[in-house]
Amino acid sequence: MPEHDLFEHDVIVIGAGGAGLRAAIEASAAGVSVGLICKSLLGKAHTVMAEGGMAAAIANVDERDNWKVHFSDTMRGGQYVNNWKMAELHAKEAPDRVRELEAWGAVFDRTPDGKILQRNFGGHKYPRLAHVGDRTGLEMIRTLQDYGIHQGIEVHMEVTVVALLKDGDRVAGALAYEREKGRFRVFKAKAVVLATGGVGRAFKISSNSWEYTGDGHSLAYHAGAELQDMEFVQFHPTGMVFPPSVRGILVTEGVRGEGGILKNNRGERFMFDDIPDLYKEQTADNPEEGWRYTQGDKSARRPPELLTRDHVARCIVREIREGRGSPNGGVFLDIAWIKEKRGDAEAHIKKKLPSMYHQFKQLADIDITKEPMEVGPTTHYMMGGIRVDAETQMSTIPGLFAAGECAVGLHGANRLGGNSLSDLLVFGKRAGEFAAKFASENGGVSIDEAQVDEQTRKALLPFDESRTENPYEIQADLQEMMQDKVGIVRKEEEMLEAVAGIGELWKRSAKAKAPGNVEYNPGWHTALDLENLLTVSEAIARSAIERKESRGAQFREDYPEKNPELAKFNVVVKKAEDGSMEVSRSTIPDIAPELSEIIKEMG
Amino acid sequence: MKTARFKLWRGERGEGEFVEYETKITEGMVVLDAVLQIQAEQANDLACRWNCKAGKCGSCSAEVNGMPKLMCMTRLNSLPMDKPVTVEPMRAFPSIRDLATDVSWNYGVKEKIRPFAPREPDAEDGTWRMSQKDVDRVQEFRKCIECFLCQDVCHVLRDHHMHEDFIGPRFLVYAAALEMHPLDTDDRLKDLKDDSNIGLCNITKCCTKVCPEHITITDNAIIPLKERVVDEFYDPVKRFLKLFRRK
Repeated sequence: MPEHDLFEHDVIVIGAGGAGLRAAIEASAAGVSVGLICKSLLGKAHTVMAEGGMAAAIANVDERDNWKVHFSDTMRGGQYVNNWKMAELHAKEAPDRVRELEAWGAVFDRTPDGKILQRNFGGHKYPRLAHVGDRTGLEMIRTLQDYGIHQGIEVHMEVTVVALLKDGDRVAGALAYEREKGRFRVFKAKAVVLATGGVGRAFKISSNSWEYTGDGHSLAYHAGAELQDMEFVQFHPTGMVFPPSVRGILVTEGVRGEGGILKNNRGERFMFDDIPDLYKEQTADNPEEGWRYTQGDKSARRPPELLTRDHVARCIVREIREGRGSPNGGVFLDIAWIKEKRGDAEAHIKKKLPSMYHQFKQLADIDITKEPMEVGPTTHYMMGGIRVDAETQMSTIPGLFAAGECAVGLHGANRLGGNSLSDLLVFGKRAGEFAAKFASENGGVSIDEAQVDEQTRKALLPFDESRTENPYEIQADLQEMMQDKVGIVRKEEEMLEAVAGIGELWKRSAKAKAPGNVEYNPGWHTALDLENLLTVSEAIARSAIERKESRGAQFREDYPEKNPELAKFNVVVKKAEDGSMEVSRSTIPDIAPELSEIIKEMG
Repeated sequence: MKTARFKLWRGERGEGEFVEYETKITEGMVVLDAVLQIQAEQANDLACRWNCKAGKCGSCSAEVNGMPKLMCMTRLNSLPMDKPVTVEPMRAFPSIRDLATDVSWNYGVKEKIRPFAPREPDAEDGTWRMSQKDVDRVQEFRKCIECFLCQDVCHVLRDHHMHEDFIGPRFLVYAAALEMHPLDTDDRLKDLKDDSNIGLCNITKCCTKVCPEHITITDNAIIPLKERVVDEFYDPVKRFLKLFRRK
């Protein structure tokens, strides 16, 4: 048996982005011992990429805002297949989570009277996003990191989990390896929190980093947990499209929040052409009103550029497909035009969107204060994930919790911008709290050496002499196929081809070869990531086939309309006894009458 | 298809050599694109760190043609392409393998700096009031992505190896962000003088020059901290008054 080092904690948290850090802090505050496992170095997780802000109805900028409006906006954005209990908890608790960050040292942009400033964002009725320029995610992760390192949490950096370990039905810890020396680590724990983020590396054009390979989704699935809503993959409407090497890098929605407009190659503001009925009442019908909204006029309605991401992305795809796109296959996003409206436009853009200014200047030779950007949709966020209890965040496996992007429920069929950072904090805290409680109330676990042996042996298979395939090629082929066949516009026959293609790629992945040795070897890592990527890709394709309608982020060319019958279900996948993927429908419980009232009241 | 040559440092624990690779290049490519392409096509086990590929996480720090850079923000068209582009790990930290270095020292240093300690909230709902003007300078410091390029280029660390005595520009910026935070109540000046040895910095401004976030490290963070330390401990008038007060 290969050697391994043993670490024992009451709670281990897998993933050290916003949700993982917040969970670890909360669990530690409850007095249990906590281990925090980071795939990369601490503070580098994908949360740093979040730009626009975190949504919380603190009503500093518009006093009409409150949790009810936020709840209603979230449900509407998610096309009512959200877990309404989570949407309620989120809207109620987000304000405290934001204030808490300030108490831990975060320095948000300020209102003239010295409070936390809030900005406009798609699908939010009032300016609601607490922010720091366009680097809010960095502020959040650094605040949690700098606070967290003084809370007695044991941090394991550059450690990758390869399997969850179980003691009977209950989770008992995880098998992992540390990158530098390639040594295996067994983490024995009474409770495990998954906070591993998303799955964006399953697609070719993506705003996600190499880490986003669906690890938590896949670990939980193979341990017997249920995944839900996997068909709902968010394609952010605005990623960079040119030059080719930067394709997919995110352009924050904050650009539109600050007054940026979308135009086609005829110079038309095409977003005015198609405003969904659900949003007609709330949306400006002329450019002047839209501009006033972005400048804080409370009597104005929001411009159509700030409709939900699923809709904006689809409108952009329509323009490109019908020949009205920009030279490099996108559309134009123009913030420079605001110089017609305000004298300080250049300084204002640099102050409110500094990262965007530098990103375009350095990577595309574009000065966004003077010329428009070219943008197009990019894979951004996974609404689907591990099924959890709304209050405790515990999955269907006792002792296994999940929070943040790898969990499911809050966002329904489409996430509103800004609801992710608040999700991480609200449910990260809850997961940490209830994992600590579970660990305190339940006895110890034992580690089954046979599971450790089997998983260790499996993890070392890529070094087998008989293997021949380059793991990077398999990954690239998967990304290409998912982009083409299960991307932003879907139809049944292509997705069936994708399922068959994934079957072939599973076979190839069994031959994926890692050259060299176990020490700091990205080739080995890429070979091991394939199982996770293939698992989530299959779940996405099979769930998307099951949902025969267009709703939120799922757009089906063969079923272009919403089907009210399908609003009653979530699609769930689970590993069957024979190892195959089982797809089923789960009825959404009736919404609590008082919440239903709120939705009606908000129109 | 155009190609370009790259000399990547390959090796372990400081023992190694430059290995030359040729790879195809397309418009707009950055050094990280080329390195990842070489990794995917020719050298699957090439060790390097990266995450966001957008200059926001500070993972892909390296020395490109001898200059400390983020690989993801260094465009090939900014480099002379008639000779191979050299890429090597940061030299101020121990080598692990290929382009990856052991930066754990930085994490240890941060833990030793006194954490944020806010004053009592200003309002009954537990919130504070700060004006934008007062947080501007702290926000500049908080842009730091912890790429550690400033540490890499700091001669106190790189040439004199004084990691035991000196915390380096990154953590002087961190300390400045805490000291100048409008809500913070702690005092780190004595630590800065005695433990961090801020006096070892002789303001060559190399750190400012390499900062990918354009933080004016020396002028806005280090010099004001030095002035505060001097005011606190070396101001003759103040010392005299203190003497007087003690009596």
